[in-house]
Amino acid sequence: MVVLRVISPGSFTTVQDRGRYSFIDRGVPPSGALDLFAYGIANLLVGNPAGTAVLEITMMGPALEVLGEADVALAGADMAVTVNRQPVPMWETVRVKKGDVIRIRQAKSGCRSYLAVTGGIDVPIVMGSRATCVKAKIGGVEGRPLRKDDVLARFPGELLAKPRTLPANFIPAYSPDIALRAVAGPQEEAFRSGLEIFFGSIYEVTPEADRMGCRLQGPPVHHDEGFPQSIISEPTVPGNVQLPADGQPIILLVEQTTGGYTKIATVISTDLSKIAQSVPGNQVRFQEVTLAEAHRLCRTQALLLRQIEAQLSTNR
Amino acid sequence: MSHLFDKPRIRISGDRAVLVEYGDAIEPAVNEKVRAMAALLKKGLPDGIDAVIPAYRNLSLIYDPLVTSPEKLLSLLQGLEARLHEIEIPAPRIVEIPVLYGGEFGPDIEVVAQHNGLTVEEVIAIHAATDYPIYMIGFTPGFCYLGGLDRRIHAPRRKTPRTLLPGGSVGIAEAQTGMYPVDSPGGWQIIGRTPLRLFAPERENPFLYEAGDRIRFMPVTGEEYKRIRAKEGS
Repeated sequence: MVVLRVISPGSFTTVQDRGRYSFIDRGVPPSGALDLFAYGIANLLVGNPAGTAVLEITMMGPALEVLGEADVALAGADMAVTVNRQPVPMWETVRVKKGDVIRIRQAKSGCRSYLAVTGGIDVPIVMGSRATCVKAKIGGVEGRPLRKDDVLARFPGELLAKPRTLPANFIPAYSPDIALRAVAGPQEEAFRSGLEIFFGSIYEVTPEADRMGCRLQGPPVHHDEGFPQSIISEPTVPGNVQLPADGQPIILLVEQTTGGYTKIATVISTDLSKIAQSVPGNQVRFQEVTLAEAHRLCRTQALLLRQIEAQLSTNR
Repeated sequence: MSHLFDKPRIRISGDRAVLVEYGDAIEPAVNEKVRAMAALLKKGLPDGIDAVIPAYRNLSLIYDPLVTSPEKLLSLLQGLEARLHEIEIPAPRIVEIPVLYGGEFGPDIEVVAQHNGLTVEEVIAIHAATDYPIYMIGFTPGFCYLGGLDRRIHAPRRKTPRTLLPGGSVGIAEAQTGMYPVDSPGGWQIIGRTPLRLFAPERENPFLYEAGDRIRFMPVTGEEYKRIRAKEGS
């Protein structure tokens, strides 16, 4: 059933889900929502199961004409939202009906938000996922960002009897000073002197930041003598921090599968959301944590999501 | 001298992946070990492993930390090691890739010829004479890291990369040869193009090959190129 028509697409709006993990060994990047926390909450707020496809909105939001009644929810970067020019809240279920116009403005803090609709965005599954991968031209709407006049359909789903609101204490604040927890490695031995600089300095997010990677600028980190700058190319994962010859860190994200630069450290998975919400000019510090601590944080995060889910789904 | 390690070395790549290294060089023996372990793992994917990605000399395991841990993965791998003799690594498949060399589709073939003091015909004959092992696939969907390029046709990268290489372009860069499956920017010397679609997402199997297979380039005429291209669709 049709649900939305694109009046204006915003700066970069794509269909995303949890990503495509079955073909990484063939060079197909995982893609998927960059901020998995906000993405998960958006789906919970309209009663969708985990993993449902949504719109990922970057910096400047779209204007959308509603073609059929649905519940919608916007979670993530703080963007002013109106329905028929009346402000509506984020992190909350909003009922929209045919003929309404949703406008999502420029982000005031954070970078990416997620618009979920009842049932989820109906686009074909390509190689196991609905996520848009622009590089491979697959998933989402013809493997590309939304354009003016695209018409989006949704899957059937039950409208909620009562709207859901995420309690304020769970809403993340997107600070311009970002602390990223990271575990050392996989090639930390190449940076015995560099680790101290890396974990002790402040870096700035540059304008070269997208879903492929986030380039930082700050005190350069160089390889110890005797260690080559490049290694035999190998698989990379989101969060790997690469150091090319100029010593400026690049945090790899979800549109890349291999690389040949040494990686000093890897941002832990629960903190990837913070990179997703960073904008050029933000200040980044890396904090070293042990792998055991990172895994404890994964469990805490999973528990938190279950707790939020339990709390929200009492409002059926 | 073999660069194969006695025991695999584990590297931590964040809280959801490990890299398991079997050697420290690009070498058939090391890569065969990687492939054997990947094949054993994929036979019955253990709980908590989301992806197994073989590379030149290591494999990456992406795991769910709520289900498993690097310690468990390491002991699992050690257990599999004992069963390595059980697995017959299938003989590498030869995947034939038709290529229209030179001309409009291979604008840099004369650069490669001149750089090596060869004729264009000699470059084609040498390039098509080897079966190239696929050590790893990455960078873009279906992009192969191939081994075995004949020294006589090595050539430096272009000084200025092209902003757009059409999918199917076949090229040479230093000691490597390869194909660009999808349109992408690239700095390789382009010597030809294949009419095959190397990445066809709508097909049940979107790829023609996997790591471990061998690529054999088959020179074709302009007529044959057109015929295959028409059959492939867009």
